[in-house]
Amino acid sequence: MVDNKQQWKAWLYLSPAIVLLLVFTVWPIFNTLRMAFLNGYGSLGEMGGATFEFGIDNFLNVIEYKNFLQCLKNTVILCVATVPISTILALLIAVALNSIKPLQKTLQTIFFLPYVTNSIAIGMVFAAMFNIVGLKGNGVAETWGIVNNVIQFFGGEPINWINAGSPYWANMTVMIIYIVWNALPFKILVLLGGLQSINKQYYDAAKVDGTPRRRVFTKITVPLLSPMIAYVVITGFIGGFKEYSSIVGIFGDKMGPANDAGRLNTMVGFVYDAMAKDRQGRASAAALILFAIILVVTLINNQVSKKRVHY
Amino acid sequence: MSKNEKMNVMQARDIQRLSAGQRIVRGGVKAGTYLFLFVMALIVLFPFYWMIISSLKTLAEYRQAIPTFWPKQIMFSNYSEAFTTANLGDLFMNTLYVGIVSTLLSLVITVLSAFAFARLEFKGKETMFGALLATMMIPGELFTITNYLTINHLGWMHTFTALIVPFLVSVFYIYLLRQNFMQIPNELYLAAKVDGTSDLKYLWKVMIPLALPTLISITILKMMGAWNSYIWPKLVANDSAHQLITNGLRNAFTDTSGQANYPVQMAAVAIVSAPLFLVFLFLRKYIMSGVSRSGIKG
Repeated sequence: MVDNKQQWKAWLYLSPAIVLLLVFTVWPIFNTLRMAFLNGYGSLGEMGGATFEFGIDNFLNVIEYKNFLQCLKNTVILCVATVPISTILALLIAVALNSIKPLQKTLQTIFFLPYVTNSIAIGMVFAAMFNIVGLKGNGVAETWGIVNNVIQFFGGEPINWINAGSPYWANMTVMIIYIVWNALPFKILVLLGGLQSINKQYYDAAKVDGTPRRRVFTKITVPLLSPMIAYVVITGFIGGFKEYSSIVGIFGDKMGPANDAGRLNTMVGFVYDAMAKDRQGRASAAALILFAIILVVTLINNQVSKKRVHY
Repeated sequence: MSKNEKMNVMQARDIQRLSAGQRIVRGGVKAGTYLFLFVMALIVLFPFYWMIISSLKTLAEYRQAIPTFWPKQIMFSNYSEAFTTANLGDLFMNTLYVGIVSTLLSLVITVLSAFAFARLEFKGKETMFGALLATMMIPGELFTITNYLTINHLGWMHTFTALIVPFLVSVFYIYLLRQNFMQIPNELYLAAKVDGTSDLKYLWKVMIPLALPTLISITILKMMGAWNSYIWPKLVANDSAHQLITNGLRNAFTDTSGQANYPVQMAAVAIVSAPLFLVFLFLRKYIMSGVSRSGIKG
């Protein structure tokens, strides 16, 4: 039986959460939809008494905006490159960690370290490692940066990674390396947790049958780990589509090398840029497009994993 | 010895009976595994190593064409210079204030809501909980645009309030704690009711101690969130009086390409990173358990 006193108390306890959620979560959902479908909406304009017509101009504007395609391209490249690389690397590391006894805990701690970092701060360290200091007219730099030093040590040519005049692919390579470095700890943690909960009897049975390692990996480990793999892939894609601060960490607010600001901007960056220019209509439309992309990718992932994941 | 145990022993013996060739292969695989892990660990650790040695070098040594892997002259003065250049003292205090206040308020709200969802009966409970969980799917950027306008209308621009209030309720933490609370047998609550114990006393004396690990995880993740947040503070409170540590750090060293004084910059980065490492060192268990359940960074 539900007595009235409990009803009343429940709502009292929930009231702070409900009030805050109404203001900062529920209202934004409606307001973002409203702003997105009011042509050319800007909040300063609205306060000045301007009215906006209902329509889909904002969405058309976003798509026609040349920056948007660049942002979308950057975001998709980063996602498509970093999610598979980091997942495969994390899987290999997790399996390797799971197969050893001495030093397991120490190595596990080391692999988790990048997680407890500030992505802006460590981005600055990566920038320092790739940076060329004091490039003079004759092409002689004072310091090529440690990464180029290593390349030169192995007989390669130094590359202009992030400085003015650097090529797009070099910028992207740096971002992919940094994002993968940053994404590994969470994935290793989840996958290792999954591996440790796999029943040892499967492996014993395989040993008795003399099953080769490769087969054990593809026929036992991966299938039994598939729910965890699906989980890290989905969260990886969601995080990848929201990539922003790792780029600020390396390239600063300019979101690109000194001579080409904004070249590495992402979807989230596009939303914030539009917001800063008081184009809330455009920002909302872009945010909704981002939401739709994330939703579709998640649904596809779910659909694929339904077929592939063995529970 | 039971039949089962006998079987196990026999099985174990079969497994152990390896030919010399198999043993060599196994040894090789072991060595390869360790080699792979050590190389990966080196790659993971290298940025930290580079940060620390660079922060201790003189500018002249940092700029040598052939890099040194250990500073010739250890410059602790880079750290004091970084501290004053980036005004890290004030930034620390601002971040600590925002972190502590938002963690405390957030814990109170989370505990009360989780208690209502776990223990009390009320109309629409399931619907409401489902609706809460559904909001977790929506990316935060969708809220930010309107919340920015709301903060502006409320006159909260450039205040700590703007940094604290919008993020007090986390549906995920309510969910996490509710799961934890539900594991505590309901009989305890009914017994307490019979004894005339008030809800709040019961919460404080029974439920909170039992759910302490989850509460600690929430506290750490919340504090790390304040420490690492960048976008929202940049939008609503980027003035020097309210700036948080990440924004302050990025703003103090805007020169990413030119003749930046990297040793000082790296010292500032090391100072900002140090508290996170200390927390990790002492509370690793709570961070790792919280993180593996959330999938959210910071």
